[in-house]
Amino acid sequence: MSPIAAVMRRELRSLFVTPVAYVFLVIFLVLAGLLTFYAGDFYERGQADLQPFFEWHPWLYLILVPAVSMRMWAEESKGGTQELLLSLPLRLSEAMLGKFLAAWLFVGIALLLTFPIWITVNYLGSPDNGVILAGYLGSWLMAGSFLAIGACLSALTQSQVVAFILTAVVCVLLLLVGQPAVLDFVQDALPRRFVNAVAHFSMLRHFEAIERGVLDVRDLLYFFFSIIAWLLAGVLVLDLKRTR
Amino acid sequence: MIETEQLSRRYGSLTAVDALTIRAEPGQVLGLLGPNGAGKSTAIRMIAGFLAPTSGTARVCGHDVRRQPLQAKRALGYLPEGAPSYGEMTVREFLVFIIRMRGLKADVGYRRFDEVVGQLQLEDVLDQTIDTLSKGLRRRVGLSQAIVHNPPVLILDEPTDGLDPNQKHAVRQLIDAMARDRTILISTHLLEEVHALCNRVVIIAHGRLLADATPAELEARSRYHGAVSFSAPGSAIAQEMLGRLPQAAAIEVDPLDGRITVFPKPGERILEPVETLLRQQGLEVSEIQLERGRLDEVFRQITSGPAPSRGAEGRA
Repeated sequence: MSPIAAVMRRELRSLFVTPVAYVFLVIFLVLAGLLTFYAGDFYERGQADLQPFFEWHPWLYLILVPAVSMRMWAEESKGGTQELLLSLPLRLSEAMLGKFLAAWLFVGIALLLTFPIWITVNYLGSPDNGVILAGYLGSWLMAGSFLAIGACLSALTQSQVVAFILTAVVCVLLLLVGQPAVLDFVQDALPRRFVNAVAHFSMLRHFEAIERGVLDVRDLLYFFFSIIAWLLAGVLVLDLKRTR
Repeated sequence: MIETEQLSRRYGSLTAVDALTIRAEPGQVLGLLGPNGAGKSTAIRMIAGFLAPTSGTARVCGHDVRRQPLQAKRALGYLPEGAPSYGEMTVREFLVFIIRMRGLKADVGYRRFDEVVGQLQLEDVLDQTIDTLSKGLRRRVGLSQAIVHNPPVLILDEPTDGLDPNQKHAVRQLIDAMARDRTILISTHLLEEVHALCNRVVIIAHGRLLADATPAELEARSRYHGAVSFSAPGSAIAQEMLGRLPQAAAIEVDPLDGRITVFPKPGERILEPVETLLRQQGLEVSEIQLERGRLDEVFRQITSGPAPSRGAEGRA
């Protein structure tokens, strides 16, 4: 078994041994359901799609993903197990990837467990299941980006609370940066080209594009590179802590 | 084999390890000694590849920890200070995780699992989570993790810390048995451990190498080396007479139990003259002891010097 797979298995196991996994699953599923049916007007819209379901995901992830990612490195660093892990024959990047993949897989499982809502919408009408699949993919990619951010910031500190807050703040900034309200606010102060460039970093924009069923390579690449970049930054942080 | 070459580590202006050059050969148990904060753990962490050296380097079985970190780590079994392990895992899961990380093949893995579980007597706690184990058991789990891949080089940071005398004895026997064809580096601040285990000792303080010798050589540096001590009634007369011995340098009387210690002049043997004198004086002596030297005294003498000024100034 490769070291990446071994780390991934261990991480997944530790998620399910501690209450983190169950708390996450229950809150995610309950909130996703409630928000879709009550706040999202799932029935009243009279449309057979899952848009009211997916549009809440960024905001759910904002609270829940940092709770999963905060322990990734902060816990190891605090408990001294980081010394054990990093003296085993594996690269920093492999350790990072193993931990990230475990968390990402876990969120994937949480997403899969929302299948009753997919059954419901198929029972009530005949939705475009391609669009729904794209929605799931977009949601999972966004969760991956949040997790990569959390992995990097968790490497910065020994405190899980600090890791949680930092991750939530960075994620909310990345979500809001492309919102019209924010862009209008800074439009006069900053050059137009800069504002447009910044708007491209908005996670919400790319997520909404995918969620509408438009699978543009650029949106996929955005999430792909964002995950890679944050994971690399995290590896860099770990390496700096070795040499600092 | 472990070699370090001018191994140094600085934290800002603090020099934790200062140009440390040591060498341990197969078959050797090298004890790394020093007061708390001397830089033992920092040095060990650099050899284990957890910390990067600021300058200099270390080699494990010839693999440079900077250029070939993975090869160096493969050759190494490492017990970090405090024996950290994943508390939510059971002993079995933890060992299986380490075996996977070490990339052992299934058959080898199973065999080694059984071997280390037997060696460290972990059979009864295999399915207990590590968090619920006593300190001594956790230490043994940490040791099992370090030796499971049968590494040619072992680095153990305070391996017997927190163990009761029986467990200490068992761990020392284990280390002794493994020492034959391996290179073992242990850090400790227990001087009894040096006697029990090490065939060479390196003493560091303020990150610098202060002594590199065998335990016997260190003992020979002691004021007590070759001294003779005994208890006798009528010690006042004895003292008077002993003081006249040409070979005696000084005499001390323990204020608590009245035990007399006679120190020899450098290069003199003093046991026989003392015995002859006592017999001549007709003093009854229940037992008489020739001292080998006291490591704790030598340790204090070597490490209690002032901090080297160049280190304190934050040498570039």
